[in-house]
Amino acid sequence: MCAKMGIGLGTPHPYIPLTIQLNGDRVEMPGPLTVSELLARLAIDARRVAVEHNLVVLKRATLDEIIVHEGDQIEIVNFVGGG
Amino acid sequence: MNSDTLIIADKSFSSRLIVGTGKYASPAVMVRAHEASGAEMITVAVRRVNITPPGAPGAPRAPKEASLLDYIDTSKYFLLPNTAGCDTADEAIRTARLGREAGLSHWVKLEVIGDERTLFPDTEQLLEATRVLVREGFVVLPYTNDDPIVCRKLEDAGAAAIMPLGAPIGSGLGIQNVNNLRIIREFARVPLIVDAGVGTASDAALAMELGADGVLMNTAIAGAQDPVAMAESMKLAVRAGRLAYLAGRIPRKLYANASSPIEGLVGR
Repeated sequence: MCAKMGIGLGTPHPYIPLTIQLNGDRVEMPGPLTVSELLARLAIDARRVAVEHNLVVLKRATLDEIIVHEGDQIEIVNFVGGG
Repeated sequence: MNSDTLIIADKSFSSRLIVGTGKYASPAVMVRAHEASGAEMITVAVRRVNITPPGAPGAPRAPKEASLLDYIDTSKYFLLPNTAGCDTADEAIRTARLGREAGLSHWVKLEVIGDERTLFPDTEQLLEATRVLVREGFVVLPYTNDDPIVCRKLEDAGAAAIMPLGAPIGSGLGIQNVNNLRIIREFARVPLIVDAGVGTASDAALAMELGADGVLMNTAIAGAQDPVAMAESMKLAVRAGRLAYLAGRIPRKLYANASSPIEGLVGR
């Protein structure tokens, strides 16, 4: 539904709606977008998280380059309290 | 005692107490407890970022919540990510890799849990995950059973320390198998850290008196009525136990042995 709302905002670029698995949930996103752009869209500070893209942990320096594709499985994690 | 440092892999620590970040009533209490504990190494867990479920207004979006790292001065404390809750080697390996990227250090407290109720480790999966992560260049600190054979296998697999439990995680039962820990102490060539089961200061002191190189705890401090006071008591207990171990205790004897001279008693 978010993807549809994206049209209403009159984005100048053509886009492809993407459906991805994000932290175990099926989520729709306007694409194409990089992992960095995905984090920005979710208001996540990239310096505080780690991202796994189709079972591969991404180096922080590559987040700008990796493109999210239809059906991709993405895990975004951070540190929480633990023993 | 300043030279009595704990050395694991290529790092040295002047504190032999390692503390967790879980179960605190508030971040402020945690910060003060960490301070009081004198610990330099702090464990953290790796979990999915909370993302508003699809369908909710504005979703998907991560909520603007304070991060744990807002409360930990990483210039002062060394972070040790754990793989708590993982129940297969694969899950633990994935979590360790994510923890490395999130924390930018290649150290991991490796946990592979075999059973929900006891949280006892699955040592077969633990060994497998240790081998893989050591090959990938991780400094692996595995949480394991108080089983000397498993500890030796972990050491052979390249673990940087071995971390047998004193009792089940969060149980507060204290050291359950003193003799196994003594045997592990005799065999171990890497640092021996007693991880889990401590309930109060005397448990930590006992672990150190048995020759442990350090103690790792979370619930004993976070769950105490006054976590800050308990953190300080643990700092003192670990130091006291360490000193007693280095000092060398007297042998246990069945009968008395007078401290005062027998000669020169009045009236004899």
